[in-house]
Amino acid sequence: MIELDNVAYSYGNGSALLADVSLKLAPGSFHFLTGPSGAGKTTFLKLCYLELQPSLGHVQVFGVDAAQLTRNAVASLRLKIGVVHQDCQFLDHLSVAENIALPLTVSGRPVSKPDLDDLLGWVGLRHQASQMPPELSGGERQRAALARAVMTAPDIILADEPTGNVDWEMSLRLLSLLVELNKMGKTVLIATHDLSLIRAAKSQVATRVLRISGGRLTLAGADL
Amino acid sequence: MKLSALLLLATDRQADRIVPPTGYTARLTLFTAAAMAFLAIFAIALSLATSRVASQWSDALARSSTIRISAPAPQMNAQIAAVERVLQTTPGIADFRVLSRDEQAALLEPWLGAGIPIESLPVPALIEVIEDEDGFAAEGLRLRLRAEAPGAVLDDHTRWRQPLVEAARGLRVLGLLSLLLIAGATGAMITLGAQAALAANRQVIQVLRLVGARDTYIAGAFMRRFTNRAALGATVGSMAGVIAITLLPGTNTAESFLTDLGFQGAGWLTPLLVPPAVAALALLATRAAAERVLKGLS
Repeated sequence: MIELDNVAYSYGNGSALLADVSLKLAPGSFHFLTGPSGAGKTTFLKLCYLELQPSLGHVQVFGVDAAQLTRNAVASLRLKIGVVHQDCQFLDHLSVAENIALPLTVSGRPVSKPDLDDLLGWVGLRHQASQMPPELSGGERQRAALARAVMTAPDIILADEPTGNVDWEMSLRLLSLLVELNKMGKTVLIATHDLSLIRAAKSQVATRVLRISGGRLTLAGADL
Repeated sequence: MKLSALLLLATDRQADRIVPPTGYTARLTLFTAAAMAFLAIFAIALSLATSRVASQWSDALARSSTIRISAPAPQMNAQIAAVERVLQTTPGIADFRVLSRDEQAALLEPWLGAGIPIESLPVPALIEVIEDEDGFAAEGLRLRLRAEAPGAVLDDHTRWRQPLVEAARGLRVLGLLSLLLIAGATGAMITLGAQAALAANRQVIQVLRLVGARDTYIAGAFMRRFTNRAALGATVGSMAGVIAITLLPGTNTAESFLTDLGFQGAGWLTPLLVPPAVAALALLATRAAAERVLKGLS
């Protein structure tokens, strides 16, 4: 589904953040991506959802080389990749329900109110549907972000520190939603530095844990 | 970027909501469109009035001529009678008449004052000649007058008419130039407003792209927003312009150009064209700004 082949990424000033990264995300797999802050986890995810282009190497999404994609093609592919951003990335002038429905709205697809209600119920935000994003708590924002990420029924869910700003109880609740998605056949990749979350997941689902450190991507050992 | 006019004309309330309401750019666009439409109405009125007045003046002068008879007093009546005989037998002349002493005095009054003893002045006799629709052959008439009344000179007003026609052309060009400048200024102001709005909404654009919005969709939302604002402003400005023109002094009070600055007949329909024209201009200006800004945000 997503394949990185000898990918390197450098900042504009030439300093390398990622080097020689290769990975293949198989359909239905559940991956964690961990590593210290600033190691390049977010950059790695951005490469996966085509926000960034690699400095070297190739990124293939659904069998298509990212470098060959037009802007419109990127927009179409993003509808197949649900992303939960660390800072949620809401439009604050739209209600929670409108934000969740945004991927359908921008792609010109009809928004089914029952489906939207079901989704709001699934993430426990039915009563917050008409609220504005700044009125939500941290956990509610993350769940709303997750709901928006799955609104178009994507094949892949990428989550960037989804539990970064919530308490442990809410972390487990978010994790259970992601595990549930994985059990529905979705490919899940979660970037986190929270090792407790990874341990909690291991008891629920088969996971692979990747570590980014020093610009290199490695498979984490069993010490987690 | 392919953007069809249909995309813009289609109402998409949900899509329009993705662009947050922005206070100062909204007011700037409304004010600019209204002010420019107001000025455009006056520029159009100026162009139409110059065309109309010049045409009236030119026609009036073109259809009338003057024969000036300079002769010693004892011969004056004989020469006038000779000219009248010539005019009676000249084809293309609808009417003619000898100006009375009072009419001549009235013509000279601005220069010599009232109550001038015109009988004691060596003032030539004047005959006003009105041609019919076919008109007369000026050169032929001149030759006959030279033979029958040597003191008579035909003035067919060509030398008066030409500068008027040229002045009218010049004013018309000025009016059109004003319209072009207004259009250019409107486009520039709306472009600035749209660019400011796009720059202020960089984060919104970023989020929209992340959730899969195409640039045509994003640009379309901004284009609709600015086109609607410009159309609203231009409608208000046009209405104000038309009201201002109707409040000008009546057009029948004098043959003065200034009192004729207004619309007549089908000309009243021209203000209806201003709001759509401003809206089209806003659409093009916003489209260009959106293309530039979205490309820059790559």
